[in-house]
Amino acid sequence: MQMTHKKKKTAMPEQHPGKRKNNFDEVALGYTKEQAMEEAERCLNCKKPACVKGCPVNVRIPEFIALIKEGDFMGAAEEILKTNNLPAICGRVCPQEDQCEKMCILSKKGDSVAIGRLERFAADYYMANKPKSGNPKNPVKQKGNAPKVAVVGGGPAGLTAAADLAKCGYKVTVFEALHRMGGVLVYGIPEFRLPKRLVKQEIDALKDLGVEFMPNVVIGKTITIDELLKQGYQAVFIGTGAGLPKFMNIPGENLNGVYSANEYLTRVNLMGAYDFPKSDTPIIRGGKVAVVGGGNVAMDAARCALRLGAEKVYIVYRRSEGEMPARKEEVQHAKEEGIIFKVLTNPVEILGKDGWVTGIKCIRTKLGQQDESGRGRPIPIEGSEFVLDVDVVIMAIGTDPNPLIAKTTSGIDVQPWGGIIVDQETGQTSRKGVYAGGDAVTGAATVIQAMGAGKKAARAIDKYLKQKK
Amino acid sequence: MFKIVKKEKLAENLYWMDIAAPLVAQKAMPGQFVILRVHDRGERIPLTIADYDRKKGIVTIIFQAVGKTTILLATKEQGGFIQDFVGPLGTESKLDGFERVLCIGGGVGIAPLYPQVKYLFQKGTHVDVILGAKSKEYIILEEQIRKVAHDVYITTDDGSYGQKGFVTDAAKALLDAGHKYDHVIAIGPLIMMKMVSKLTKEYGISTTVSMNPIMIDGTGMCGGCRVTVGGQVKYACVDGPDFDGHLVDFDEAMRRQSVYKDHEKSALDSIEHRGVCR
Repeated sequence: MQMTHKKKKTAMPEQHPGKRKNNFDEVALGYTKEQAMEEAERCLNCKKPACVKGCPVNVRIPEFIALIKEGDFMGAAEEILKTNNLPAICGRVCPQEDQCEKMCILSKKGDSVAIGRLERFAADYYMANKPKSGNPKNPVKQKGNAPKVAVVGGGPAGLTAAADLAKCGYKVTVFEALHRMGGVLVYGIPEFRLPKRLVKQEIDALKDLGVEFMPNVVIGKTITIDELLKQGYQAVFIGTGAGLPKFMNIPGENLNGVYSANEYLTRVNLMGAYDFPKSDTPIIRGGKVAVVGGGNVAMDAARCALRLGAEKVYIVYRRSEGEMPARKEEVQHAKEEGIIFKVLTNPVEILGKDGWVTGIKCIRTKLGQQDESGRGRPIPIEGSEFVLDVDVVIMAIGTDPNPLIAKTTSGIDVQPWGGIIVDQETGQTSRKGVYAGGDAVTGAATVIQAMGAGKKAARAIDKYLKQKK
Repeated sequence: MFKIVKKEKLAENLYWMDIAAPLVAQKAMPGQFVILRVHDRGERIPLTIADYDRKKGIVTIIFQAVGKTTILLATKEQGGFIQDFVGPLGTESKLDGFERVLCIGGGVGIAPLYPQVKYLFQKGTHVDVILGAKSKEYIILEEQIRKVAHDVYITTDDGSYGQKGFVTDAAKALLDAGHKYDHVIAIGPLIMMKMVSKLTKEYGISTTVSMNPIMIDGTGMCGGCRVTVGGQVKYACVDGPDFDGHLVDFDEAMRRQSVYKDHEKSALDSIEHRGVCR
């Protein structure tokens, strides 16, 4: 008998906006078993699943959803883990609407299957029910003489490459400049979108795989890649991300109260400034805050500002809402929480008194002809300047790759804008044995794309080292 | 965790610590800095390297216990550990190509000046040094510096040691007396570096200062350490910490340095309420 098909995704419970804007707890609460099984029923189990093609790490989507349908949640998670080492993270922060879910056949007539929510459910179930850390089901033993591989950067690209390489039997060391592993997962994405305990669990799982972690090592300063290769590392993967914040170069950007989103989010997330003075890192809790930009980072910064007690938080974006690079869900969440959107608005100057921010002078814009990004170019409307009274301004207009590695490593070619040049198929840089992936190559992109690049490079490194023998 | 292999109190609230950090010691050069965290909820603070011993694998830091983190650091004893210690960060000082250099250190700024004096001296450069502090007990590393400098001049604000007055008075006296220098290095409080730079500009002598702004990661990621130099925004962590003193916007730097002044008070209160031992 053909079941009548539900057009809508099974809703996922969330914290009420009025409550959640005052805490850093996770906003989305996840499916119950019953909700997951109900949603899984919507999957048609296509013979030629388009969703899998939409996934940068090709998660076995129909297979894991079929297992959820049957109530085999552990089995579902294990199916995902075959190609994705960080499912609890991806289930939360992947832009599924642009990837797997966009390709879902159901999305032609209604909502796609909620693949992300199901992935999250399976991963969380697995975390809660798997054997305790330190006693993995299938421990990987690295042989004493296994080749050593260095991974530079403990973010999504590096962690994924490290996991895959460790599974292949290599001795992997991950070097991280900060004091904690996780990269953007710990310094950038806030607790209310990605609880840090999940990141810790994923990293612990890598320790069980035999991966060694070296925090507090800045490759290019403490040790160079050339030295790593001399010290016996047979290959290196660079996953150093795009950590260099951009500013607008408008007057007033060095006033007290102007932050890059990187600094603001790092203070809040990595350093725990929301808990000051219990934690030692301070932050200016603005009464009125303007966040400049329209991406996920801008939404994260705005929602953090709100949770730090700001009475008014503005998003200032030079194009219209339709052009915002942020996920719809994040924009929706931000609006529900009371963030005020000032779109078609571009800052021209940050105003100050006695060295402190007092406002941001903006000009209204209209959209002109499409530019190279395929979006209308914002054109200032003459005479439309106005001032928003704010005491904190957060610049969330993008980041560039950090030049440190390229500057200190011989034979690594980079793009004029700083991205490391690699072979698209293998991730190999212009230097033999040195691979790169993630934002360091592409410029700021997504967690899952970085993971995909880490996976690709791990495969290529494995091939390279086998041939080398 | 990083072991404190030696701790010495140099003066009231002024401490010397040797930290076991072989990787940092291996690479450290004059002018570079480290970032440390005292404990797991601690903030990251930059400290300029005062000395390093590659063989023993130790890095020396000298700090004044003035803020929460440095006060907590001062409670740590020899043989104890600090949570994190990363470096060497920043660009090394450019010290080659000079014949006669005047090095000026103020207060705790004398500490990072020392490796530069030593480096210059070992390269055969003529180095004169002016050390200044508020009073005699805060003139640190005098003995070590005398061994690697030609002439050493001392000034104190209260006249308890050396000449009464500021380092700028001593520098002006030297220049007016006909001493010739082709470069000046000044490290100390922002106001001191500003005044030295103003003086040397009048005399047309190139001058390097070492900036120590608020920062988090020290690798260019946060952008918190923005300094305006010659009208351009620079990151002290990667472009510096050394900059041309004649081009630095010191007034902006001083303002930015004070951004968390009110927070510091509540941070210090939180120590007093809980006691420093955790």
